[in-house]
Amino acid sequence: MPNLAARFRALLPDAEFASLRVMDERTETLTVRQDVLQPVRDVRDAGGMVTVHAGGGIGYAATADLSDDGLQQALARARAWAVATGSRFAFPTGSVAPASPAGTWRGGATRPWSTAPLKDRLDLLFDVCSRLRAENVVERTASLMQIETTSRYITATGEVEQSWVYLLPDASVVAAVGDRVQSRSLGGGRAAQGGMETLGDFADTPTELLADVQALLAADDCPSGAMDVVLAPDQMMLQIHESIGHPLELDRILGDERNYAGTSFVTQEMFGAFKYGSPLLNITFDPALAGEFASYGWDDAGTPAERVWIIRNGLLETPLGSALSQARAGISGTANARACSWNRPPIDRMANLNLEVGTTPFEAMIAGIERGVYLKTNRSWSIDDQRDKFQFGCEWGQLIEGGKLTKVVRNPNYRGRSKAFWQSLAHVGDAGTWGKFGTPYCGKGEPNQVVRVGHASPACHFTNVDVFGGE
Amino acid sequence: MKSSFNRLADYVLAAGRPGEIVSVRFAAEQSDFVRFNRGKVRQPGSVDQRVATIRLVAHGRQAAAERTLSGSDAADFRGIDEVFVALRERLPLLPPDPQLHLAAGEAHTEYAEVPRLPPTEEMVANILDEAGAANVDLVGFLAAGAVWAGYASSLGQRHWFATASFNFEWCLYLSGNVAVKSSYAGAAWNPAVLHEKIVEGRAALSVLARPPKLLAPGSYRTWLTPAAHLELLQLANDWGGFSARAAKTSQSPLLNLWGGKQTLSPLLSISEDAVGGVAPRFDDEGWERPNAVPLVASGQPGSLLVSSRSALEYGLTPNGAAREEAAQSLAMGTGTLPAAGALAALGTGLWVGNLWYTNWSNRFIGRATGMTRFATFWVENGEVVAPVQAMRFDDSLFRIWGSELEALGAEAETMLSGSTYYRRSTDSFRLPGALLRSLALTL
Repeated sequence: MPNLAARFRALLPDAEFASLRVMDERTETLTVRQDVLQPVRDVRDAGGMVTVHAGGGIGYAATADLSDDGLQQALARARAWAVATGSRFAFPTGSVAPASPAGTWRGGATRPWSTAPLKDRLDLLFDVCSRLRAENVVERTASLMQIETTSRYITATGEVEQSWVYLLPDASVVAAVGDRVQSRSLGGGRAAQGGMETLGDFADTPTELLADVQALLAADDCPSGAMDVVLAPDQMMLQIHESIGHPLELDRILGDERNYAGTSFVTQEMFGAFKYGSPLLNITFDPALAGEFASYGWDDAGTPAERVWIIRNGLLETPLGSALSQARAGISGTANARACSWNRPPIDRMANLNLEVGTTPFEAMIAGIERGVYLKTNRSWSIDDQRDKFQFGCEWGQLIEGGKLTKVVRNPNYRGRSKAFWQSLAHVGDAGTWGKFGTPYCGKGEPNQVVRVGHASPACHFTNVDVFGGE
Repeated sequence: MKSSFNRLADYVLAAGRPGEIVSVRFAAEQSDFVRFNRGKVRQPGSVDQRVATIRLVAHGRQAAAERTLSGSDAADFRGIDEVFVALRERLPLLPPDPQLHLAAGEAHTEYAEVPRLPPTEEMVANILDEAGAANVDLVGFLAAGAVWAGYASSLGQRHWFATASFNFEWCLYLSGNVAVKSSYAGAAWNPAVLHEKIVEGRAALSVLARPPKLLAPGSYRTWLTPAAHLELLQLANDWGGFSARAAKTSQSPLLNLWGGKQTLSPLLSISEDAVGGVAPRFDDEGWERPNAVPLVASGQPGSLLVSSRSALEYGLTPNGAAREEAAQSLAMGTGTLPAAGALAALGTGLWVGNLWYTNWSNRFIGRATGMTRFATFWVENGEVVAPVQAMRFDDSLFRIWGSELEALGAEAETMLSGSTYYRRSTDSFRLPGALLRSLALTL
């Protein structure tokens, strides 16, 4: 959109600060279910949000009309909100120093989506779906979602332009015998930045998924009891997300989310002092890891992104708090003011939140366990509003007996409390066990927002976990 | 907005060529969103958004594109011209769709509610004044404004829907994580009702001030308020509990009900009640929603929700369900237990104000889990004794709505969906509380 920055600056109102954040996003989703192409989703979503600091308040207004008239109306509306609420605002906005950065950031693709003809993409999905056909299979799907996003953050003196390309492959199979039903999938977690080159072994996944689901149908229900657990990286994604990521969001700790997403068992005083987990636990906020799903150069409030230690050697160091939350709380944080689109305001979110690699090879991890279960691919997640008492379920379980992986078990679940669970971390896998995952569906905020997050982790071993089956 | 939709629809339908079917789905809102924290304003703003989905059908193939509209006809119509070029290029590349099933024939409906909302700033001032006067730590969210939807197709359909509503959900916090949650939603704002609800919530805080009781895992006689009960109904609905496709592919959490292996309590009746709801009466393919679809009748399986695609795939009759086959206007029949008698009927047990973050321990047999949240109390001999710290339940819907269901409340509560993911939801729910002989707590 030509001259957008100049036009916006010419319209700036009487205010301490104003910004315009414009997003333009194209999404195409191809899904083949039961060998039938489902209606193709082709979405283009574009618009802008203005934010105005005035009269002691901060207001926003979002519009898809980026003409001079549209921008002027949005600026007036945002300013009116700021002024109308300034005397009764939740915190002194004078302590907030908005950013006015300049620069560009581009996430690229080696093999862009557009270079693969539609026929090739559909052929791939029809092939994956058809190869999931087997006795007892009741539903088969294969899908690809591609997203291209550009964002501009414009202030009176600065402008940042960023662009991203994402690819999200998935496949799933459900099989049933009588009322025994089992499913296997890629878990929706293979989302990454990049193009067709990120597909990896997607074309080969039916073989493993099908073998797994047939094994699960024939398996016993997971046994119950306290035992060791080894979580594969695709379940670590969920474990990190729910019981480290969300409780460390500073806006939750400040109480903003108490009406919806909840609070946290973590308080401000615990940063720098609280042993979150065993000394093996190392967590980083890393928006710069190449290809991870939530990499970016600046957050949606213009703060430059950089790698930050969140938990080091088990000690809690830094919250997931944006510049605004940092100013309110008086502690340092991360560049994580993020919005799901042009029509939602930025709030504190996760981005790439990773568990750092350890030193234990997978075979050694298993060999050291007398009685336990190895769990893969999340299928159920539930945690209390303080992010403490959790219960998670997986698609795949395999017993560990006498240092060996033995029989498959179905419907594995485990539950626990966040602090005790992370303090029971006994081994962290080496680079050979590492996996990089991402999901586009992290929900939070009022109004509600879903954002993209990335989580990379090795396999991890926890002791004395409450495990149980589903029947 | 209606004239804007009609101009859009006329333009789209005029762009169709002989042998083509074209349709447009329209969704728009002008919403004010205001967050509150500690009795003050945390984040106020407004969102103006309009979206059109253009569908082109020819030779049994379909292609569609969803585009944000600016509200300017000239700019938006240029965009639609580009969409038609792209759709006509794409259509021959797609295989025929054997489940393509658009509504056909002349059908025109219109529902337009006369807006009765005051300026949102006025509602915000009312809320702040009430929080200040009550001297309470209020945290909450107000969503208010107009929502529109439309559908038109070259097969003769044209539907229009307009409503304006507010939904204010809030908590009053005593300290730490001790709070009571309330909501006030509707089409007409009355400050007196807000005042009454804030006073009511503040009174409930006095009980929450008592030392909390720590419960051990085990089975407890339980009263679920309508708000808590809603979490279970939504869980079943959101995961395909009433979906024909989920039932046919063995993925419904109520699979054993649809398969005839289990029944629910004869006290339980559930329906998709379009007449009693506030959602548009048409779906994305122009199908009209019938007045009501009985889903569960006195514990026995009723009708499943059948989308147009499932109808063709499984040889069923469509009944206005959207593609997800989730109910939009769920209603559960009432029982005989008056709200005023719920504590006495509970006797000794757990009074659950809200449930939270429900999911499945095993979806395929309806085994659910979740947490208690907000005002949840321990009751002895019909008297509230103490608040209870958040506990996890893990129990089967077939027990909760079956053998363990002792009574349903005599009064149903209507609740509007507070969901604002992507856009403001128009889903609604009407259901009573439930008295359970036991509920299994695990953590």
